[in-house]
Amino acid sequence: MNEAIRKISAEVWSGRDELEVLTFDIAGEMFALEAFIVQEILDLLPETTVPGAKAFVGSVINFRGKVIPLADIRLAFGMEATKPTIDSRIIVIQLEIDGESMLTGIRTDKVHEVTTLLRSAGEPPPSVGMRWRPDFIDCLVRRGSEFIILPNLQAIFTAQHDHAVSKSSHG
Amino acid sequence: MSFPDPIAVFRTEAAEVLEQIEAGLLDLNVNLGDKDQVDAVFRGLHTLKGSGAMFGFEALAAFTHHCETAFDRVRKGEVPATRELVTAVLGAKDHMRALVETPTGDHEAASEALLATLRRAVEGSGDGSSAPPAATTSHTPAAVASAASAPKQILYKIRFSLPQNAMANGTNPLPLLDELVDLGECRIVADRSAIPSLDQLFPTDLHIAWDVELLTSQPRAAIEDVFIFVMDEMQLQIDEIEIAAPVAAAVATVASAVQQPVPVVQQAPPPARAASPAPTDAKQAKAAENVRVPAEKLDELMDRVGELVIAQSRLSQLAGSSGDLQLRAVSEDVERLSGELRDTMMVLRMVPVTQLFGRFRRLVHDLSIETGKAIELVMEGETTEVDKSVIERLADPLVHLVRNSCDHGLETPEERLAAGKPEAGRILLSARQQAGEVIITIKDDGRGINKERVRAKAESSGLIPANASLSDQELYQLIFQPGFSTASQVTNLSGRGVGMDVVKRTIDALRGTINVVSQPGQGSEISLAIPLTLAIIDGLLVRVGTGRYVIPLSAVEECLELSVEDDMRSRGRSFISLRDSLVPFIRLRDLFRTGTKPDPFQKVVVTSTGSERVGLVVDQIIGDHQTVIKSMSKLHHDVATFSGATILGDGDVALILDVGHLVAEGQQQEAHLRAAG
Repeated sequence: MNEAIRKISAEVWSGRDELEVLTFDIAGEMFALEAFIVQEILDLLPETTVPGAKAFVGSVINFRGKVIPLADIRLAFGMEATKPTIDSRIIVIQLEIDGESMLTGIRTDKVHEVTTLLRSAGEPPPSVGMRWRPDFIDCLVRRGSEFIILPNLQAIFTAQHDHAVSKSSHG
Repeated sequence: MSFPDPIAVFRTEAAEVLEQIEAGLLDLNVNLGDKDQVDAVFRGLHTLKGSGAMFGFEALAAFTHHCETAFDRVRKGEVPATRELVTAVLGAKDHMRALVETPTGDHEAASEALLATLRRAVEGSGDGSSAPPAATTSHTPAAVASAASAPKQILYKIRFSLPQNAMANGTNPLPLLDELVDLGECRIVADRSAIPSLDQLFPTDLHIAWDVELLTSQPRAAIEDVFIFVMDEMQLQIDEIEIAAPVAAAVATVASAVQQPVPVVQQAPPPARAASPAPTDAKQAKAAENVRVPAEKLDELMDRVGELVIAQSRLSQLAGSSGDLQLRAVSEDVERLSGELRDTMMVLRMVPVTQLFGRFRRLVHDLSIETGKAIELVMEGETTEVDKSVIERLADPLVHLVRNSCDHGLETPEERLAAGKPEAGRILLSARQQAGEVIITIKDDGRGINKERVRAKAESSGLIPANASLSDQELYQLIFQPGFSTASQVTNLSGRGVGMDVVKRTIDALRGTINVVSQPGQGSEISLAIPLTLAIIDGLLVRVGTGRYVIPLSAVEECLELSVEDDMRSRGRSFISLRDSLVPFIRLRDLFRTGTKPDPFQKVVVTSTGSERVGLVVDQIIGDHQTVIKSMSKLHHDVATFSGATILGDGDVALILDVGHLVAEGQQQEAHLRAAG
């Protein structure tokens, strides 16, 4: 298991020593996504619930005339839903799923900044002592006293498990 | 951007050329004397041979060479065009396609067999023709020039220039000049005025034009023949300067008498040549106007236009609510422009159905041979335009329908004669536009659909209860049920009951409808009504709870209020009585789990999915809405209830209901409730 994870995290860096990322908060944890997949950061938009869809992608938004799903990463990590605040934003990212490129929005509580993460500060996710599914995380990067989580979006979005979904407070 | 793979480019081109060849052959089959088509086919074969060899498709080049030779003989009038020849070359054409697609495959046996057929077709007719082999050789320019030195000599002034990249494309001007020299007394002057200075000279470019004075007894067509393969790209001007004096008119008549023995050679070309420059010019003009654009770029543009339209509607809302007159004026301008842009965009995606119909000529030709029935295919309204994506998806259903008509609909010639009909069956394929729909009709004058047999078959397979009262239309719709076939004997073509349900499914997916009319003994007519475009539909905007949804208007039959009594009766799925028939209804509020209180006056939207009518209970009917359809993302593919989404004027997203799936879902939920209760 540990070996596998190390391999995944190696892929994230893919030989690079630095990663340019966008950092943001979800439910009190700091996450980061590679900056180049980020298309845009939006204020909260009116959402349209899709009846019958999984809560993880329970609604769609109008992003510049395109209808794109709005994903709630919280649900994948089994986190508590937080009330939208004045800082809440939607990050629109470009994802490659089953070889097809698509846009999707991600709900966040607060967007921080574009920053550079160093490989030397990265650590593979610990296999014990973590309440999240380890395959959902590419790696953890230490910064000061806190950790930044690099989620594995491929794994999260392709995981067709309804387990995290059923726990959702939605619906 | 990378360069396109030359092999792929060749394949695309070859596919087009093959299509042209096929079209030419089929035209030729109708009118065997049509020299234009012979030339067209010959040119196509020649192009294919040449470019095949250039791109390393040796097997293709070698094989095509034989067909070309055969057609060359037809072109020169040595052998007449016959139906056998056309059929043989059609077969050969299919083989060429195989050679293009899998050049490395083992094709030799097939090649040999086809060539043998071809040879038989050519020789068979060659024997019958009056032209002896010796005479046929006389077409070579030198021979003709010497043999017919008597005919009147004409001085032609010829000026021609080839495109700059001609040599890069494999054209060599020297052989062309040599051929001209062969035609008669020749004076050639190269026009070097267009050659740039040395520092700008690109050695592989061709900058020279030629002025040729040619004194010849050959007809003008012979000169044009020299340039036959480069005609499309080049500039060619042929002027008759004067009739060379020494030859008297009297001699000319003698000469024409002398010419009599070889009439096939000399007579045939002129009319054909005379007729052909016009189409060539037209083709040239057309080529210059057309631009090839990948379909996905058009889709992209369509998306952008869609976004613009939405942004514009927000702008006009803002402008409308502000008192700023200037802003309003600008907003109105933008509204007009974006509306026009959208209309233009729609037109760009439209292609004539000719493309689609074209392939049926071949299909019917083959079917006619296979079934031994004489079939005449008549096409109407080929210029009707339909959205490209619709055309692509219509091809398969139409093939099924046409096959069905040929196989089941039309009788054998004997049966037809016995019934007092003309021997050849007639299939009419027509397209026309009607409001926002295109109606495609396949009509045959065959035996018609046997209602009793449809009924018996449906009853025996349990599709309908015995003695059910059905309208004719309902009865005919049964043939589109999966596994339904009345043909007692399964043929190679149809009768397996697969196909018609595919037709139904495809047409449903295109949001189209199928209408069947049949007269026993007179034939049947199947009409497909398809929306012109997949990108925009008319919808009914409704509200369920707090969400707004669009129901495709094509599925809506009527709207009515849900009476309190009907509402009270039961939860889940219930029935309303509508003009003495029971219509089940689904409460969308329950299905979507909105968790809201129902409005006091709920409405029922009665929808029809084929034969079934289902009411959808909504809170409010907002109104008619023109909908630009956006597809749902991959992440929502598991949600079958919605076929897509659209963006409303205020920027909100509304989901488009897929009525068929919705009903299925409602039934499942009901079953679930029953099981639970």
